[in-house]
Amino acid sequence: MSMLKVAAPKPSFFTVRQSGRPVDPGERWLFGLGMGGIALFLALFVLLPLGTLFLRSVYDRDGAFVGLANFAAFLEAPTLVRSVVNSLTLSLLTTAVTVTLAFLYAFCLTRTHMAGKGLFRLLAQIPLLAPSLLPAIALVYLFGNKGILRGLLMGESIYGPIGIVMGEVFYAFPHAVMILTVALSTSDARLYEAAEALGAGAWKRFVTITLPGVRYGLISAIFVVFTLVVTDFGVPKVIGGSTNMLATDVYKQVVGLQNFGMGAVVGIVLLLPAVLAFVADWFGQRRQMAQLSARSVPFQPRVNPVGDRLAVLFCALVGGLLLGLLGVAGFASIVTFWPYNLTPTLANYDFAEFDAAGWSSYANSLTLAFWTALTGTVIVFAGAWLVERAPGRAAMKGGVRLLAILPLAVPGMVLGLAYIFFFNAPWNPLGWLYHGMAILVLATVAHFYTVSHLTAVTALKQLDAEFEAVSASLKVPVWSTFLRVTVPLCLPAILDIAIYFFVNAMTTVSAVVFLYAPETKPASVAVLNMDDAGEVAGAAAMAMMIVLTSAAVRALHALLSRALQARTQAWRRH
Amino acid sequence: MIRRTTLPGTCALALLTIVASATGAGAATRLTVYTALENEQLTPYKKAFEADNPGIEIEWVRDSTGVVTAKLLAEKDNPKADVVWGLAASSLMILDAQGMLMPYQPKGAEDLKPSFRDAKTPPAWVGMDAWMAAICFNTVEAEKKKLPKPTSWADLLKPEYKGQIVMPNPASSGTGFLAVSGWLQTMGVDKGWSYMDRLNDNVALYTHSGSKPCKMAAAGEYPIGISIEYTGAQQKTKGAPIDVILASEGVGWEMEATAIVKGTQKAEAAKALADWAASRKANEQYVNFYQVTAHPGVTKETPNYPKNAEAAMNKANDFVWAAANRDRILADWEKRYGAKSEPKS
Repeated sequence: MSMLKVAAPKPSFFTVRQSGRPVDPGERWLFGLGMGGIALFLALFVLLPLGTLFLRSVYDRDGAFVGLANFAAFLEAPTLVRSVVNSLTLSLLTTAVTVTLAFLYAFCLTRTHMAGKGLFRLLAQIPLLAPSLLPAIALVYLFGNKGILRGLLMGESIYGPIGIVMGEVFYAFPHAVMILTVALSTSDARLYEAAEALGAGAWKRFVTITLPGVRYGLISAIFVVFTLVVTDFGVPKVIGGSTNMLATDVYKQVVGLQNFGMGAVVGIVLLLPAVLAFVADWFGQRRQMAQLSARSVPFQPRVNPVGDRLAVLFCALVGGLLLGLLGVAGFASIVTFWPYNLTPTLANYDFAEFDAAGWSSYANSLTLAFWTALTGTVIVFAGAWLVERAPGRAAMKGGVRLLAILPLAVPGMVLGLAYIFFFNAPWNPLGWLYHGMAILVLATVAHFYTVSHLTAVTALKQLDAEFEAVSASLKVPVWSTFLRVTVPLCLPAILDIAIYFFVNAMTTVSAVVFLYAPETKPASVAVLNMDDAGEVAGAAAMAMMIVLTSAAVRALHALLSRALQARTQAWRRH
Repeated sequence: MIRRTTLPGTCALALLTIVASATGAGAATRLTVYTALENEQLTPYKKAFEADNPGIEIEWVRDSTGVVTAKLLAEKDNPKADVVWGLAASSLMILDAQGMLMPYQPKGAEDLKPSFRDAKTPPAWVGMDAWMAAICFNTVEAEKKKLPKPTSWADLLKPEYKGQIVMPNPASSGTGFLAVSGWLQTMGVDKGWSYMDRLNDNVALYTHSGSKPCKMAAAGEYPIGISIEYTGAQQKTKGAPIDVILASEGVGWEMEATAIVKGTQKAEAAKALADWAASRKANEQYVNFYQVTAHPGVTKETPNYPKNAEAAMNKANDFVWAAANRDRILADWEKRYGAKSEPKS
């Protein structure tokens, strides 16, 4: 339904341009509709399903209204309260570790003159290439009871907090690096020159210019990582042992106890970080000033032999660990019978042996990833631009902004479950979407909306609003500025977003696990199914197929980015 | 790429394209079959059925027992499955209680063992085969750790097994549930729970799926797995250094069964599948994996399969009791053992 409404303004757009009337009224109308379209998309694919879930939380299994009884039961269950404590402590710990490492890493990438930046950029993306089940599988091979490096844990078990934190740091690291790199990559060299001229030391410049400059990105990174970890169920599921987390509780309540009411309640508890993230985004947004004005001079890191070498060392260590974990999974995928028969074999790649869908799930994933990248990027960037740059009511923008942040805190399981309740309801006219590839695409776009949105917002915030102001005073239509200035300037971020969608669509499990149909089952679900059945080698092999595909796409992206950098980003250098 | 196009226009185009790609439908009679069968069983079963029923195609939706049951319940108001083939009978009873199954008497169902069909006429579900709780015991790791070989459930309480046992979580795994329900039925409810209290002290972790504990035992990750007898045989045949033990007290078991989902648009094809699933030919497929099948005449030797499986099965197994008490048992279980937050190593 939504596309018809969105398409409506098209003729008027041309009339406005051709008639040469003042651009304002027509533009405003168009923007209103565009914003309405984005709001409608987010409402249909995030808000309304979640609403159905909220409704569901006040009904018991037999469909009888029970008010807040499910919530009371939640608070009375010691297990669940324990999970809240586990989730909070482990997520905070993971966030502290991840953001610190990611900040240093992003800093090395953007603010030093170290060698091999391109390589380190790629290394940092490794975890994005794989389902979150992969680091957990690799950690079991490394530190499990028959693990290669078992001794390093000094008797502690990997099944529990240690494994969860290690796996989650791996899983969340690239997300933080992505946001912080964008935040750190644009800064005004004039500030640093002025500070230096005034005698400020390196540390003082860092504290007074760099940190405040990336404050917004840092806050985003912290919330993104925290909510990612709090809502991830892949890592704790494989390696959590008996350490329960809220996200695995949703899974247990729904899958095991078939208690949708309680699953909905736990899901709602997991939504709380979203509210926090919104508040933080709102405050950050208030304080943030455009970093790059029309008169800015791009920052150019200088050669610093000692610092640059330390940076290489640090990045090599972190990148090496990421690569190492991937290597272990690759090893797991070619071993005949771990740990008793280590003869290399490709038998584990004969997926039909472990999973009825065989290789077809891999083809499904390619289709899913392609459509998700295309649709997601268009919707997200347009949405971010409308919210940040186009004229419009503040209340409407606030609403869309909240909707855009919401998906981050919605665990895939919960989103999937909400989609079942919403799209499979007999009264829903959109019911025909259910069980097709389209719902997988839309669920994946919705699920990964937030990080892409924040990336787009961060990139857009760094462009001075004067671009629009100047265009307006020159009577250039705002969309013309959008297509001819904003989009080219943000192309690196746009490509990042497309690749982020593609790779996440390849790797996501939780969002689609309740939604796939036999003919649309994605590879990542096949990994989950195989791991669940204890076919760890087969799971590792399929995970490696996902990694290899994502890596190939990333390589293509790197080449494309380089070409683009030369074409559209020259202004950053001179 | 999107130069000189309107922004909303591009969005609309993208959405329309997705929509177009989603609506391309197939032909032929495709049955959507929900199942908790093991993966390696799907292809042979599908091939055998389709060879006998040209024009009908099976589309599997497979997951573990808890997931399939949850999915079916979630889709209650708008069911997507046509047939459920290979799901625990106790789960099918829950669906039946919700009025989600279409009773149907498959051709030849009267030849099956009476305990393998729903008592009602026509039956809401018809059994296929039985699977049971077995102990997978890794002899190589046991040797290293000087662990004696257990022969009974009581043996598993020995202090030397502390932190050496893995079992499935009954909330998600049908195998976990049948083991728990088996203990509660044979030992009595109070003794059953106190047995599990003490067993819990020895359990290192509870897994999501029923076959995984045996595969973990096979890989030596933990030396003892409470799991499925068939998985044990299969792992041993693959070269795992394990023994598959049926506890001397008798073991809990569960039945895999077939049912037609009420409201299916393809009732004729669904009935054809129900007929076939109850046939002797189908049972000859089941017996390649499970020795105890619904058809009394069908038997076969499976390599490494534990001896006397049918004799070890708890005679008084009451599915009706298990289905009726499932919620309460799982809630109790969760309260007692779910809170165990520190992993034991």
